[in-house]
Amino acid sequence: MSMLNAGDILETITMIQDEHLDVRTITMGISLLDCCDSDVGRVCDRIYDKITRCASDLVKTGEQIEKKYGIPIINKRISVTPIAMIGAACDDKDMVRIARTLERAAVTCGVNFIGGYSALVQKGFAPGDRELIDSIPEALAVTDHVCSSINIGSTKAGINMDAVAAMGRVVRLTAERTADRDCIGCAKLVVFCNAPEDNPFMAGAFHGAGEPDCVINVGVSGPGVVRAALAKAGDCDLTAVADLIKKTAFKITRMGQLVGAEASKALNVPFGIVDLSLAPTPAVGDSVAHILEEMGLECCGAHGTTAALALLNDAVKKGGVMASSHVGGLSGAFIPVTEDAGMIDAARCGCLRIEKLEAMTAVCSVGLDMINIPGDTPAEVISAIIADEAAIGMINSKTTAVRVVPAIGKGVGEELSFGGLLGGGPVMPLNTWSPARFIGRGGRIPAPIQSLKN
Amino acid sequence: MRAVITVIGKDTVGILARVSEVCARHRVNVSDVTQSILQGMFAMIMMVDISDCDLPFTDFAEELTALGGEMGLSIHAMHEDIFNSMHRI
Repeated sequence: MSMLNAGDILETITMIQDEHLDVRTITMGISLLDCCDSDVGRVCDRIYDKITRCASDLVKTGEQIEKKYGIPIINKRISVTPIAMIGAACDDKDMVRIARTLERAAVTCGVNFIGGYSALVQKGFAPGDRELIDSIPEALAVTDHVCSSINIGSTKAGINMDAVAAMGRVVRLTAERTADRDCIGCAKLVVFCNAPEDNPFMAGAFHGAGEPDCVINVGVSGPGVVRAALAKAGDCDLTAVADLIKKTAFKITRMGQLVGAEASKALNVPFGIVDLSLAPTPAVGDSVAHILEEMGLECCGAHGTTAALALLNDAVKKGGVMASSHVGGLSGAFIPVTEDAGMIDAARCGCLRIEKLEAMTAVCSVGLDMINIPGDTPAEVISAIIADEAAIGMINSKTTAVRVVPAIGKGVGEELSFGGLLGGGPVMPLNTWSPARFIGRGGRIPAPIQSLKN
Repeated sequence: MRAVITVIGKDTVGILARVSEVCARHRVNVSDVTQSILQGMFAMIMMVDISDCDLPFTDFAEELTALGGEMGLSIHAMHEDIFNSMHRI
């Protein structure tokens, strides 16, 4: 076989057929800065027109690429400029009306999520920010496709503890407003520290103010491929494990680079970045936890999990970086509990606890993600979870995030089920001692010193 | 433009003939074929030139997938770029 080797060809086929290799998402970022107006009705018309114009061929193009290369592209999505910035110019800051417009545009384009119902408040609240934050529970209750994210801290700005306090209340209210649907509103809401502006993954995707008018970003996946490669390798040492993960990540990322370049060309939109991610799904054989277990842990959550995850995360980046011209987004291993079959099992059996997950977020790509917490958790405890997580991100100059789901009416051990890629899983126990006075203080945690690193 | 056709499944009479027939009907030239038994399964890989293919490549690929369904085989036609990008630096 000229140039191509039969073994390589069959390896690719096996990765796709048996090991769940896929492109997780093609996300089109669209700037809405030119949609601003003092009249909210005109803003909504402009937003709808711009999104449906830019993304009219997104889904069709994705499907054509799927067929051409035989590689599944699971999601086609849209991210937009943080809506707080767009709504800020309106006399009547009717944010929910804009959320409904985003929903309508998403349905017209046929995408499965639209992200950017967002505000960046790490240093304080600008016009539109408070209105947007207050509207989140209703916006997420009356829409199905809209995702919301709020950036409450950064390494450069510190942590806005007034925003942290507000988001604890908003997360609770969002759960209450969607309690009849397993509190699914909270699965579409994430609170960030150091949010990336080019992230293609939901719920945290938004189109940053420094981005071009329209851009294509791609998120790859492939936990099953990495696990299978490790299983085949047997009892090698951890140097060999890291090398093997690097090589596998390289191949996975090359596929994302190819798909992104192709989509960019077909849509005549610049190619932004590949997000070098290992994104699990609830499907068996597509789990990040199972990779850690393949490395030699009896169960994800055991002592050693943080070290194993650190190795995995770093090797994915090292392998992926050379495979792509531009890398960005969240880039690394994701650990969303309800979206990962191995994590769900580990949480059910009590091996994986929130304290361990918090430690894991210090070395992986995101944060406390898709964790069901008791329905009676007070807002200030949720705020304190957000503050802890943001502190890890702020001090370590990395992105961290919190996406927890208060299971209204349910307690530890009971389960929520969201369906699809969002999965489902048990309510996990929390430390119930009160942080109320700390959260009640408000103010800002100052930005950290960047030298004297210890 | 080249594509790779892979056929995986239980070995049976006429696989090569049936797949080649689809190629010939759509003016797709077969430039190379390898066959092997992989973990007890029959695996055939064909390198084909799709420059003169008389229908869009995605339709051609769908027709082969349908043939696979009929014969109880897994047949895929994929543009060669995916293999080049994954396995060559």
